[in-house]
Amino acid sequence: MRPASSVIREVLEETESVRTLRLDHSFDPLPGQYMMLWVRGVDEIPMSFSGPDLITVQRVGPATRAIFSLDVGDSVGVRGPLGTGFSLTGRSALLIGGGVGVAPLAFLGERARAVGMEVTSLLGFRSTSEAVFLDRFRRLGRVVLTTDDGSEGICGHTSAGLCELDPSAFDQIYLCGPEVMMWDVIRRCQGMESRIQACISRYIKCAIGVCGSCCIDPDGIRVCVEGPVIRADRLTAGEFGRYRRGPSGGPDVCKSVH
Amino acid sequence: MISLAGDVGGLRLRNPLMLAAGILGTTGASLARAGREGAGAVVTKSVGLTPRDGHPGPTVVRIGVGLINAMGLPNPSYLAFQQEIDLAREGGVPVVASVFGSDPSEFSQVASGLVADAFELNLSCPHAERYGAEIGCQPANVEEVTRAVKRAVGAPVWVKLTPNVSDIVGLGLAAQQGGADAVVAINTLKAMAIDVESGYPILGNRFGGLSGPAIKPVAIRCVYELSAALDIPVIGVGGVGCWQDAAEMILAGASAVQIGTALSGGYQVFRDIAAGLSKYLVRKDMTLEEMRGLARRRS
Repeated sequence: MRPASSVIREVLEETESVRTLRLDHSFDPLPGQYMMLWVRGVDEIPMSFSGPDLITVQRVGPATRAIFSLDVGDSVGVRGPLGTGFSLTGRSALLIGGGVGVAPLAFLGERARAVGMEVTSLLGFRSTSEAVFLDRFRRLGRVVLTTDDGSEGICGHTSAGLCELDPSAFDQIYLCGPEVMMWDVIRRCQGMESRIQACISRYIKCAIGVCGSCCIDPDGIRVCVEGPVIRADRLTAGEFGRYRRGPSGGPDVCKSVH
Repeated sequence: MISLAGDVGGLRLRNPLMLAAGILGTTGASLARAGREGAGAVVTKSVGLTPRDGHPGPTVVRIGVGLINAMGLPNPSYLAFQQEIDLAREGGVPVVASVFGSDPSEFSQVASGLVADAFELNLSCPHAERYGAEIGCQPANVEEVTRAVKRAVGAPVWVKLTPNVSDIVGLGLAAQQGGADAVVAINTLKAMAIDVESGYPILGNRFGGLSGPAIKPVAIRCVYELSAALDIPVIGVGGVGCWQDAAEMILAGASAVQIGTALSGGYQVFRDIAAGLSKYLVRKDMTLEEMRGLARRRS
């Protein structure tokens, strides 16, 4: 499809480097699905939905900086919703998110509560000043919070919060955040991979499954159409957690922050 | 099931359906997957001398009749690509390395630095400055590049031609003169789409290449003309999405068919087309060889 034009209705300041934009119509996405957001004249990048009409953006590069320069009334080009969403399964859900990766999980948790599931959240941030959507998660159920600097909750990485929870007690675990965090959690939940759904990030360009820039080893899964939500048992044998491909297609070692 | 196997441009293929260059060809894993899912051969994403990130997005726009893309030849350089070719081989079918360069020596350096079952020279990308069609629209350049790569490598060399010229046959004859083992026709048609709401060209590069159903009649015409004029095989590509499209290409004179844009519907397109072609040959009581170029003999 050609990009549709969508007007920004509201800009919400979440933290110093994270903003949520409300667009002028609902895309009817599943939590975990994404859109391609075109900042005209700059670039087009994939963005997860943090609500039916919401996207949450962290300022990290030229395209996201350009998004930060937009205001209410400005318009962007949008393609979506795209890709696979999380599938709600069972009666109890554990949401595990890190950084701005918690955004689609807040959306997911609200959908899960709406169908009567129990929702527990484990959320990790670098610091309390970078925490987003805590109020949304707290409305859903229990929240275990970690911060790298110990400014709030448990001091340490997200996985440090697993000692407060028994992951095996949940019907389904939903993951989104920095890749090393997700990899760490999957390893610590060994044997439960078929009950973990991870929303992963790759260099998505075409978003229609033809260009190949987002394919992951060893099976060549096209993340843009067969993901971004992928069951963890399909992620343990190859590049996930070890390396990722940049815009040229060449592999780079996974860094702790992206 | 009737055999679709045959020899094409120096390669033995189990079927004449290939994954086209630039489609799911960045990683060895996705190329191998195409082989496992029924392709007769796979062509890699084009690789060049140095790493390129490609153009800013949007890199692809879907219009009603196909896609316009301007990826901008992203690649990690040939030095980082042999590992992907080696992995691609695990798909069990020949791996053709698509290479690009700005002159004969760059093409030769890239091709001779790679081990592949064949090489496809990208002399036709319509959206990268100094590369592709910018040199490939001149027959003299096509001949010179082809000859240089033929001298540099032992594997078969195919030349992918641009349709954005008044006389594609002249390019095909130049490739043949340079020693090509086959020509591949066609690359995308230079195209553009504009966002009506904002007035911006949609593609980050403004111009791109049109592929998909819209270009099939152009591709059929090119294959028909080329196969009438050349002694070397013509590999048809452009808008093939179903067995009837592939049949049309072969009837026009194609020795094999590449599939690109239709992969947006999934990898099963290879098996679907192979099954359709087999049934057609049985129904017509014809071999692939007898089918090839039938349209020329009918006219």
